[in-house]
Amino acid sequence: MAGRGRGRGRGQMTFNLEDLGIGRGDSLPPTTFKPSPLFPPMPVQPVPLQTGEEVEYMLALKQELRAANKTLPFYIRRAAPKRDVDRYSDKYQSGEPKDSAIEWSPDWSRLPKELCIKVRKPLAKRHPPQVKQPKKPPVGKEEILTKLETLEKNEETVNSEEEEDGEKKKANEEEEQPEEEDYEEDFEEDTDYIMSYFDNGEEFGGDSDDNMDEATY
Amino acid sequence: MTEEPMRGNRRSFRHLPQNSTNSDVGPPAYQRGWSANIPSCNAQLFGKINLPVSAEIRCVVALAITCVWDSEVVLRGFSRNSFHDLKGCFAKHMTAQEVRLCGLLLQEHFGEVVERIGTHLLRGGAQNLRTIANETNTPLDLVKKSLCVLVQHGACEFGSGRRGPGSPVEYRASCERVLRVLRYPRYIYTAKTLYGDTGELIVEEVLQRGHMTMSNTVKTVADRLTHNMEEGRSMEYSEVVSAFSKLVETHFLQRCPPVAEMGTAATSTTPATPSTPAAPASTSPPTAESNPDCYKLPHVTLIGRGKRRRSSDDSEEQRGGKKAKMDSESCGDEGIYWLVNFERFHQHFRDQAIISAVASKLDQTSSEIVRTMLRMSEVTTTQTAAYTQPLSANEIFRSLPPNYSISRPILDQYLSLLVDDPMEFVGKSGDSGGGMYVVNLQRALANLARATLESVVQERFGSRSARIFRLLLRKRHLEQKQVEDFAMIPAKEAKDMLYTLLSENLVQLQEIPKTPDHAPSRTFYLYTVNQLPTARLLLQHCYKTVANLIERRLFETKENKRLLEKSQRIEAILASLQASGAEPEQLTEVEEMITAPERQQLEALRHHINKLDSTENQVDETVFLLESYIFSTKTKRERGREGGEPGG
Repeated sequence: MAGRGRGRGRGQMTFNLEDLGIGRGDSLPPTTFKPSPLFPPMPVQPVPLQTGEEVEYMLALKQELRAANKTLPFYIRRAAPKRDVDRYSDKYQSGEPKDSAIEWSPDWSRLPKELCIKVRKPLAKRHPPQVKQPKKPPVGKEEILTKLETLEKNEETVNSEEEEDGEKKKANEEEEQPEEEDYEEDFEEDTDYIMSYFDNGEEFGGDSDDNMDEATY
Repeated sequence: MTEEPMRGNRRSFRHLPQNSTNSDVGPPAYQRGWSANIPSCNAQLFGKINLPVSAEIRCVVALAITCVWDSEVVLRGFSRNSFHDLKGCFAKHMTAQEVRLCGLLLQEHFGEVVERIGTHLLRGGAQNLRTIANETNTPLDLVKKSLCVLVQHGACEFGSGRRGPGSPVEYRASCERVLRVLRYPRYIYTAKTLYGDTGELIVEEVLQRGHMTMSNTVKTVADRLTHNMEEGRSMEYSEVVSAFSKLVETHFLQRCPPVAEMGTAATSTTPATPSTPAAPASTSPPTAESNPDCYKLPHVTLIGRGKRRRSSDDSEEQRGGKKAKMDSESCGDEGIYWLVNFERFHQHFRDQAIISAVASKLDQTSSEIVRTMLRMSEVTTTQTAAYTQPLSANEIFRSLPPNYSISRPILDQYLSLLVDDPMEFVGKSGDSGGGMYVVNLQRALANLARATLESVVQERFGSRSARIFRLLLRKRHLEQKQVEDFAMIPAKEAKDMLYTLLSENLVQLQEIPKTPDHAPSRTFYLYTVNQLPTARLLLQHCYKTVANLIERRLFETKENKRLLEKSQRIEAILASLQASGAEPEQLTEVEEMITAPERQQLEALRHHINKLDSTENQVDETVFLLESYIFSTKTKRERGREGGEPGG
């Protein structure tokens, strides 16, 4: 019983094949060996979209909302990965979002305590340098003065020039903005160049006068 | 050929419930295997065909809407998810399509980080902070930030853990709320039609920020309005306040629900909601409606005018902005946050749909009568009511708008016409007061959903298939022979159409055996259409459509990224040149930096993106109808069960 009819025409099935519309002797449609095409031809074309003032207004609204979302603080971007070397400008120029700070200030009383995270204030950066400024000049002045005293013994001309420069820079510092102050810091502390070696070229003519009998190349 | 009676046939269906699914009669196996791969192929699908561009877009849009494959995967996804969600007993069943669409929406609005966290929460149910961070491999700080954003926008709720008050806080994302993002333009436009530009901006600000205090909203909106006005004029705060109060009075805006105390039995300082039990572990946070002060405006006097922002003194404005922030501290309404009441907007949309259906089926006057009836019952009808409160004909007559002066007998005629209409929008519930009439909300929604289904079948398969579909909807169960006879379609074609509909799951097959051994020659096979499951199926198709549209739009944008950036740069250069007063030759020189073919490409790109965007908006209208229908049927069943009625 089992296997009867196998290999001769079509096999037995539990339902009546004629009900499906496949009569006796008809050949079945050819079997397909590949999946259906990606964009099959459509038997019916879709209905065209609605048009009108309302539709256009909502379309414009949608696109505006999408653009506006990118500027809101709720759009969270990962912090850019650190570059290979810590740059000096990182201290003063980081406008990039940081992972550890949130860009807006939610109402923390409505959130569980574990979500509390530092709120980043982009304008707060101006405060620390301004606070430091009144302190810096006295310190700078003292430094300069002590250096001047030690160098007084060595070369008087250099010292006087330096004092002028130092005073000029003092005057500049009080007027200037923090960006200038960076420059000042650079100059005042931790420099590789010792003040006494500063040669602004006024002696150049003097030296060469002394050695006139040597050949100049 | 005769079949032997097959006892113990492995295909006997006695164990199946009455309404068998048609997984036993479906497309051949190879198609099923292929369709399972579709979701992952979608992204690849659209890149590789060399059709002319416009035809391709049309094809894609049409395919996205018609969605030929995948019905099986959708169904399987539906059932599979419901098993996996057992661990999170608060989680609702989420289908694969819904999660995919939510992921895309979150990515567009809040970025990839929030998208990853949100999708993880949606798939996995309630989780605590550490679990989320570990399973998504995201740094803890980013997870915290994303959760803050999600909670701010109401997409995520937090509550005490499952193991009681001592366990860490658990977070739960709400799929429904994320899907609302799709409808933002519609909400904003509705506010504009009802309350003008001020109302529109108020709703837009509150939607974009999640929730805001009243003073903050008023100031921001006044500034924005001032920015758009002419020089020298500015917007008064009082005007904005009046628009805000109108929105609150009509319940379009509501207060945020008070935050549930976690782990303690102490009541909060705001009026205790009746739903908070004394026990510490309350699983459901209080809803906005449970707060009795939900629609009460705070006593704040805001006096001032909007500030005009000038681009030249940015630093001054920033300092001014800081001062404004400090001012709002002293406004007296901190802690009272307002959010948009989506349900109220949905009520409004539903009313609009009913009115326009009446207008197109009957005439303008009938639709005005129905509009009057709905307006009168706005405040008295609850969210889930099946019909409005009964209104007498006298009241309706008095409340008709003055420019619609129809006489009393004509009104009665119109009302009886409405009642007799087979769509059953209006029903008569009594005879006192000249006749008591109700608007049948639930039945109207069901009819609207049915019309949507019929129209979908008609557009996809032709009007004769639609005839068969409508026949089956009305006559419930029909044999194949009866279908051919009633639909007056020749047998061969009717068979063909029936099997096409069957393979798309729009029509189901019901077996009624004559003999206990289910012999096929002695069994009735009846075709049937169930409206609710079919509506659910179509809703999932719609979600998939919108997700496909968004993906295609992202693909198009990515393909032309270089060109878009170039055009943006050139626009910026042009704008700055114009602002600094350059000569026309310089401007034309800059404009010529974009070549003509590039211009064409840009134009075509813009056209395509506009088309895809407005298609999304249009599909969302269908989504709204189907969702409202499914929700109202579900609540009707629950109400029936609570009321002790037999059956559902």
